[in-house]
Amino acid sequence: MTERSAYTEFRPKWYRARVSTYWWLSQWSYTKFILRELSSVFVGYFIVITLLQVRALTLGASSYAELQLWLGNPLVILLNTVGFLFLLLHTITWFNLTPRAIVLRLGGKRVPDILIIAPNYVAWVVISGVLAWVIVGS
Amino acid sequence: MANKSNVAFFWALFSAGGVVSAFLLPVHVFLFGLAFPLGWIASPSHESLLALLQSPVTRIYLLVLCVLSLFHWAHRFRYTLYDGAQMKHLNEVIVVLTYGGATLGSVVAIYLLLNVG
Repeated sequence: MTERSAYTEFRPKWYRARVSTYWWLSQWSYTKFILRELSSVFVGYFIVITLLQVRALTLGASSYAELQLWLGNPLVILLNTVGFLFLLLHTITWFNLTPRAIVLRLGGKRVPDILIIAPNYVAWVVISGVLAWVIVGS
Repeated sequence: MANKSNVAFFWALFSAGGVVSAFLLPVHVFLFGLAFPLGWIASPSHESLLALLQSPVTRIYLLVLCVLSLFHWAHRFRYTLYDGAQMKHLNEVIVVLTYGGATLGSVVAIYLLLNVG
C-alpha cells in the first residue's frame, strides 16, 4: 500500500478504539506478558554490572573493594533481588516456550512438550553448578 | 535501519541472547549480587578473580555473554515500548537507542576485556 486511502463519504475513516497505556493491567495474562518482556531491562542492567566488575577488577584491589561495598548497599541489594526474580521469570518463560520453537517428531508422533522443556532445566542446573564451582573456587 | 530485511538478523541475535542469558545470568547475579554481598558464601579475593578474568576462555565467555545479552535486551525492549507503552510513532528514536545502545555496550565490552592486562 503506497497510496494513502482518501477519506470520502463512501470510504469512511477507520474506526480505531483508543487503547489505554495501561491496557496490560486489565488482565493477569497481559500483565505477565509485559513483565516477561520487561525482564530484558534487567538482563541489560546486569550486563552493565558485569562490565563494571571487569573494569573494577582491572583497575585494582581498591576499586574492586569499592564496587563490592556498593553491591552491599541495602538499596542495591533490594534492586538486585528484584532483578534476580525478573531473571528467573525470563529463564522459566524462555524454557517453557522451547516446545513452540522446537517441534520434534519420533515415529510419526510429536514428542511431548515436557520432554523438550525438562532437559533445559537439567542443563541449567548443571551449567549453574559448574559456573558457581569455577567462580567460588577460583 | 531496522526495516523488514534485517528483522530476521536482529531476531536471531535476540534469540541467541535469550538462550545465553537464561542459562548463564541467574548464577552470576545470585553469587555477585546476593550471596557474596550478604555473606552467604565467602567472596573470592581480588587476585583470584583477576586471575580468572585474565584467562582467554573467561574473556571470550564474557564477551559472548555480554554482546548477545545486550542485543537480547535491545530487541525485546524495543517491542515492549511499541506494545506496552504504544510508542510506535517514536520508531526511529527507539531503534537508535536500543540497537545503538547495544552496539555501544558491545564496543565497551570489547575494550574492557582486551585491556584486562
